[in-house]
Formats: sequence, C-alpha cells, structure tokens
Amino acid sequence: MATMEIKDRTAIVGIGQTSFGKGLPDTELSLACQAIAAALDDAGIAPREVDGLVMFSMENGREVEVARNLGLGPITYFGEVGYGGGAGCATVGHAAMAVATGQCRVAVAWRARKRAAKTSRPWANVAARVGGSAQWTRPFGLLRPVDEIAMLTRRYMYEYGATRDHLANVALACRKHANRNPNATFFDRPLTREQYMASRWISEPLCLYDNCLETDGALAVVVTSAERARDGKQPPVYIHAFAQSIPPQCQPMTNYFCEDPLRGPAWDCARLLWKKSDFQARDVRVAQIYDAFTPLILLSLEGYGFCGRGEAGPFTEGGALEWPEGRLPINTSGGGLSEAYVHGFNLILEGVRQMRGTSTCQVPNAPCCLVTSGEGVPTSALLLRRD
Amino acid sequence: MSEQWLVPDVEDPDSAPFWQAAAQGQLVVQSCVDCGQRRFPPRPMCYRCRSLRHHWQPLSGRGTIWSFVVPHPPLLPAYEAVAPYNVIVVAAAEDPALRFVGNLVESPEAPFHQTNLDRLQIGAPVRVVFQQVEGIYLPRWVLDPSER
Repeated sequence: MATMEIKDRTAIVGIGQTSFGKGLPDTELSLACQAIAAALDDAGIAPREVDGLVMFSMENGREVEVARNLGLGPITYFGEVGYGGGAGCATVGHAAMAVATGQCRVAVAWRARKRAAKTSRPWANVAARVGGSAQWTRPFGLLRPVDEIAMLTRRYMYEYGATRDHLANVALACRKHANRNPNATFFDRPLTREQYMASRWISEPLCLYDNCLETDGALAVVVTSAERARDGKQPPVYIHAFAQSIPPQCQPMTNYFCEDPLRGPAWDCARLLWKKSDFQARDVRVAQIYDAFTPLILLSLEGYGFCGRGEAGPFTEGGALEWPEGRLPINTSGGGLSEAYVHGFNLILEGVRQMRGTSTCQVPNAPCCLVTSGEGVPTSALLLRRD
Repeated sequence: MSEQWLVPDVEDPDSAPFWQAAAQGQLVVQSCVDCGQRRFPPRPMCYRCRSLRHHWQPLSGRGTIWSFVVPHPPLLPAYEAVAPYNVIVVAAAEDPALRFVGNLVESPEAPFHQTNLDRLQIGAPVRVVFQQVEGIYLPRWVLDPSER
C-alpha cells in the first residue's frame, strides 16, 4: 500500500485564546467556545464550515455541546486524545490527518481548563483506596505530578551531574520571555537566580519555580488544507510533520518500571518526527517544549536530539535557551512555567506566532518551529513550517 | 479530599496476590510459567511471550535506593501533617529493572516520616520490611548495613 504523507498538506490558519486567570467565572465549555470563536474569526472562516473536531479526552465540554453553542457542522470527523499534557500536539496532528484524508475540510482542536482554584487539583481528588497503577506509588506519599517527576529528576542529576543551576536556566529563560508577553501571567514579574534558589521546596529536588502555573483559560486552532490556507486571511503555518509515541513498558508519570526510565516517550516520538521531516534538530532555531516542570525540558532536549544523552544540563548554560542571543530560544511566550499552563496548548499557539512573525520574542527567519507535548506521558510533537 | 492515609485497593484482581504475600511478610513479583520472565507491576499477560500463566515468585527483599524525593506541602491532609518525609524507589537485587516505590524507615516499627533524611542516598543497600496501615501491609525499607 502506498504511504500517504501529510507533510505540508494542511496548515493552521486560525488561533484564538481567552484571557488567562485564576478563578475565571466562565465554565470550561464557555471558555472553549470563546477560544474557538476567536480562532475562527482569526482565520476568517464561518462556524458552519467547521466539520472536524479534535479534543483532549480530559476536556469537560463535549463535542456536541461545542458544536451546538458555536453553530458548527455538520461534523463528519471527531476524536479525542488521552494522557493530559501529552495530547496537545496530537489533537492538531489528528486534525491534520483528518483534513489530509478528506474526512473533513475544516477542523478545530482546543483545550479549555480551569485549574487555578485549590479545589480543582486532580491529585487531591482521590478515594482513600487506590487501584490501578496508583496503588504502587500513592500510598507511600508519592501523591502529585511534581513528586513523580522529582523522582526522575533526582536520578537524572545523580547519573549526569546536572544541577539546580541547570533547572534554574530553564525557569529563568521562560520568565524572561514572559516578561515581554503582555498576555503572560508573569508579564510584570521578573525572576532572579537568587529568588529561584531561595524559593521553598515543593518536592526535593524541585522547588516552587520548577513548577508550572495553574491557570484558567482556553485556546484553539483551526486547521484546513494547504490550498485553502494559501488564500486565507493569515499567513499559512504548515503542519510539516507530526508524531506520537507510547514507548515499550511506558507507565505515565511514574515511568520507573521499564529498563531505562530516563529515556522517556520523547525519544520514540522524535524518531518518527524527524523521519517525516525535511528538517532535523540542527535546523531548528526556536522551539516550544512542554514545561509542566523544568526537568522535562532537559529530558526533551535530549529526546528530540538537540544534544546527547546526559548533556542537556550543560546545553542550557550561557543563556542558550534565551531570546534573542541563545542558540535555541524555547517557550518564547513564557510557556507553562510563566505564561499559562493550559496543558501545553499555549505552546502550539506560540509556535504559530513564531511562524507568522508575530511573537513578542520573535526569532527572525527561523524556517520551522518544534512544538512538543508532555514528556513522561504518552506524547506528541509537531514541526510547524512557514512559507 | 482524603483525610486518611491512602491504601491500595487489595481486591484488584491483578494485584491481590501481591498484597496477600505482603501480609505474610513476602515481597513477590509475577514470573511467567512459560518463559520465566519476571514482571512488576502485575498484569495479566507476559510481555515477552504472551502467556497468561504466571506464578508469584518471592524476591530476596534486598535492593538499592534508585532515587528518592522529599515532598513538602501542599499535600493531602494526612501526608501534609507529617511532611517533609521521604519517598524512595528501590531497584531489586535480583534485577535492577524491577523497581518498587516505598519509604525508608529507621526500623521495622518506625513511622516513615520520622526517618533522618540525611540517610537517603542513591545506591544505599536496603532490605524490605512490612508495615501495617489500616489493616494492609505496605512494603517499606530499612538500610541494610550487612551489604556495605
């Protein structure tokens, strides 16, 4: 059977988002509809033309409700992707595959999330008896995502000599970029290395500033064919390559039970992504890398091939991750650490802005932008390209 | 939000024999009857040969600390009340890819949150002990100086 490639056959033609905040009064469904409406306006596409929907399995608003509110449809393709923060790029990738194969013509992918209230922390929402994979970890007090990733981080630091200074390099880069983005939660809040080092522990070896924000908000993108995109209202941003991965013996977040826990899902995802791409890691000059926690950036830099295994700590030195001088500016809107944490969907929109030339930390003439979703869980990635 | 310690669902059919063995003071893993592959956490099928037949094989209960964390608040109330405390991952002596999450304790009877955190060290040899929590026996670990 001939392989059907999706390379450059679809494009992101519209992006939209709500404001970010804590304790927003609107429901997640309402936020989703507002973000999608904004993305369709940005694209200049009418709601009735939307015939594809792809969402996170964790989404609270359902496709039928989104369609009924916005007046979409008829919808001929809909689907969802699991594993929380790993799903973002995959929702866009599935939209691209659906458009490229003719299952729909205009697809929308989105994420709406309310997490800024203390009562909405999912790790706190557990029964006293835990089953499934959690029974091997939670009774011992390994309760939160930060504890689970801290366990990998300690081992990583032990094996490779990475330091808290390396983690701080990630946090400080994201904060510097947020300080140029008026929409970022921490737009007006600079961060110093001294503040980082003096901050309280959350789960040693990770401190407060190794953790992402908790944010209420929603974001959406509109995907259609490359042909239509060329006549669109916005400069087309092509979906050049897309990949997902569940590596062998993967256990989400608590990936301690496989042969090589520090070789996370990013590695297999990267292998397919670069195989499908005309670009390789050495060609990438700007990237949006999933950052629920700072060490995920180190693991991802290795997985996606920007440096060798164990070399990500030193790779971050000398401002390498910082705009404008660094060799690989990351998370140029501030990322999950300093712009907003909406399960990494804001990284996708920033990737689009980089390719449009509208970022507040614009990297000039970058031919492509890598966007990744959650490391440590079944994951996904996109390589976006401009004309 | 739970006010109590979290305990495993010991009626989970895949893992019930693990918790039953723990109550007898044994650390066990599944071992494939057909190819001998050991596996943990428990599951119905052998990932090497697809056999559905397994028995539960006792391990020596010895291993080394693979990694550790020290959680601080905010935590569930029962855990927050005793934080900071330690959580460790232990690599089994028989096969370092067989790993268990647990806590380092000072003695078989000592509460897990009273461990001197200075004792935590990757590579330190440890030995399993079982501590009862709400009627369920959890595998925890003491330092094993005989292995030094």
